[in-house]
Amino acid sequence: MNANAIATAEPLLRVTGLTKNFVIGGGLLARAPDVVHAVDNVSFAIWRGETLGLVGESGSGKSTTGRCVLRLIEPTAGKILFENSDVVQLNSDALRALRRDIQIIFQDPFASLNPRMTVGAIIGEALTIHKLARKRREFTERVVELLEIVGLQSDHMRRYPHEFSGGQRQRIGIARALAVEPKLIVCDEPVSALDVSIQAQVINLLEDLQQKFGLAYLFIAHDLSVVQHISRRVAVMYLGRIVEIASAHDLYASPKHPYTEALLSAVPVTDPEARRQRIVLQGEVPSPMHPPTGCHFHTRCPIRKLPLCSSEIPQLKETSNGHMVACHLRS
Amino acid sequence: MQENVTAAPLLDIRGLKTHFATDDGMVRAVDGVDIAIGRGETVGVVGESGCGKTVTAMSVLKLIAMPPGRIVEGQILWQGRDLVPLAGDEMDRVRAKEIAMVFQEPMTSLNPVYTVGEQIAEVIRRHESVSRRAAMDRAVQMLRLVQISNPERRVHDYPHQFSGGMRQRVMIAMALSCDPQLLIADEPTTALDVTIQAQILELLQEMKSRFGMAIMLITHAMGVVAETAQRVVVMYAGKVIEEAPVARLFANPRHPYTQGLIRSIPRIDTGDGPKTRLEAIPGTVPSLLTPPPGCRFAPRCRYAMAICREAPPPLREVEAGHRVACVLG
Repeated sequence: MNANAIATAEPLLRVTGLTKNFVIGGGLLARAPDVVHAVDNVSFAIWRGETLGLVGESGSGKSTTGRCVLRLIEPTAGKILFENSDVVQLNSDALRALRRDIQIIFQDPFASLNPRMTVGAIIGEALTIHKLARKRREFTERVVELLEIVGLQSDHMRRYPHEFSGGQRQRIGIARALAVEPKLIVCDEPVSALDVSIQAQVINLLEDLQQKFGLAYLFIAHDLSVVQHISRRVAVMYLGRIVEIASAHDLYASPKHPYTEALLSAVPVTDPEARRQRIVLQGEVPSPMHPPTGCHFHTRCPIRKLPLCSSEIPQLKETSNGHMVACHLRS
Repeated sequence: MQENVTAAPLLDIRGLKTHFATDDGMVRAVDGVDIAIGRGETVGVVGESGCGKTVTAMSVLKLIAMPPGRIVEGQILWQGRDLVPLAGDEMDRVRAKEIAMVFQEPMTSLNPVYTVGEQIAEVIRRHESVSRRAAMDRAVQMLRLVQISNPERRVHDYPHQFSGGMRQRVMIAMALSCDPQLLIADEPTTALDVTIQAQILELLQEMKSRFGMAIMLITHAMGVVAETAQRVVVMYAGKVIEEAPVARLFANPRHPYTQGLIRSIPRIDTGDGPKTRLEAIPGTVPSLLTPPPGCRFAPRCRYAMAICREAPPPLREVEAGHRVACVLG
């Protein structure tokens, strides 16, 4: 698919102004409850068959964003249009139907599989729920097919999750997501719990499946090199907001936001000859309970201009073809 | 840097075997490991989960629970003296004072019911006869050294009042408080975000140039090793399979496992070219209960021949300072 075709086609998923606040504490005798601004006015779109990478450090709101897309977490505000129906407005029946189209793969392959169910039952559960297999034989055939698609064997269906290694469990999680033939899979840190040699196996599998089934991925990860490898476009989050979004090539070759620059320069490179000049950010990510005013990044930003950056929220603006940046000084 | 690496190594691990008795049999977690670290040298020990890198480090400080663990063979020569037969109280004099350790998980390696100042002071008072006041003053100095702002106040805070990166700074302050000659850092940045990881790696370098201690850096991240170590030891399934100066190892990895490990990582600095497929290593790490009889990597190795499955290949020198355990080497 070339870039122009994508730009003109309707996106599969369009998220507009997504906001999620978590209220902490409260209750009758407590003081005023604290509010965590996990996701703050986030907008992005994903087209059919493409991968959008979502990167950021812990607490940036990337996982919450991913879960809001499936409504595993109820958004506080915003619109999530999937094939032109608003996910936020769906009733429970319609929501169940939606989950045939959007699936999720979780980070922890140990915690996301029920230890008391056989692999066959785990993968096949969705087939039963969505009435995709009428007969016993159909069910078994489909489970075997799914196991083979993800590189496992048919006799694995009678075994339990503890009998598998981390990489194999992640394959089981992928087979479970594929069972309902989804159009979009939210991959929430799918390889960060795996060893590097196994990580490459799973990334290659995800790429093969995308080719084969025309899947779109929202690929959430903190590992910038993995995201660069798998994504067509990448969005960078900081404290609940998207600060930059661009094609993977543009973002890594010429980052515009000072946070993206610092993030990229912090990644250790596997080339001792290229020990680079790092931009080491001072301080740590502020608490999302009391995020800094204006641009959230201004407290750590090496190029900030006060009082502009501490008083006004920078909007995402297009600087060049498809490259959007939220920075007063760089957009 | 090279000139302070003297001929006699500071730490010389020879033929170390640490095994664990389990219900299923003997797990050969470390099975014949040789690692030498010179004065002031930073050695990276890399490998995937279960390769024995942490057990090797824990064996050096004898922090292995015995039983079920046991050092069945080998020597751990610390400045020429074997640590393996040492009794508990003799070992206590080596720990922290001569060899200190920083753990992966800064949340669980600090005691939640004591202030960080009390914990740093405890280490100092255990090894030096100084007053409580003096030890606390030293704790403040150490916190300042690891760039914790407002150390006079923070010294009275509890671990939960620090963030992950700050806790790791506290751990480093504690480890360096008795001026050790060797710092063992076990995955010191794995639990941290990349920007905080960069801060901690920079801090370790700074502390090193200040105190001149040697560092044994245990990690699974090849990038971290490439940026900080002078020499690298690669472990696989309880054995050292390759060892070389860092530039050599990354430019010319000789063992198929090392090659696979380097190639299976997507690289951020070569993103300009067309996207290539990652070179995955097929299969999984063997069980250490019944490791394969020959080369332990043979079942996953694309070059494996009949001879590889018969006897484990010895670690042999292919170039000055570059040793490989592979018949093809």
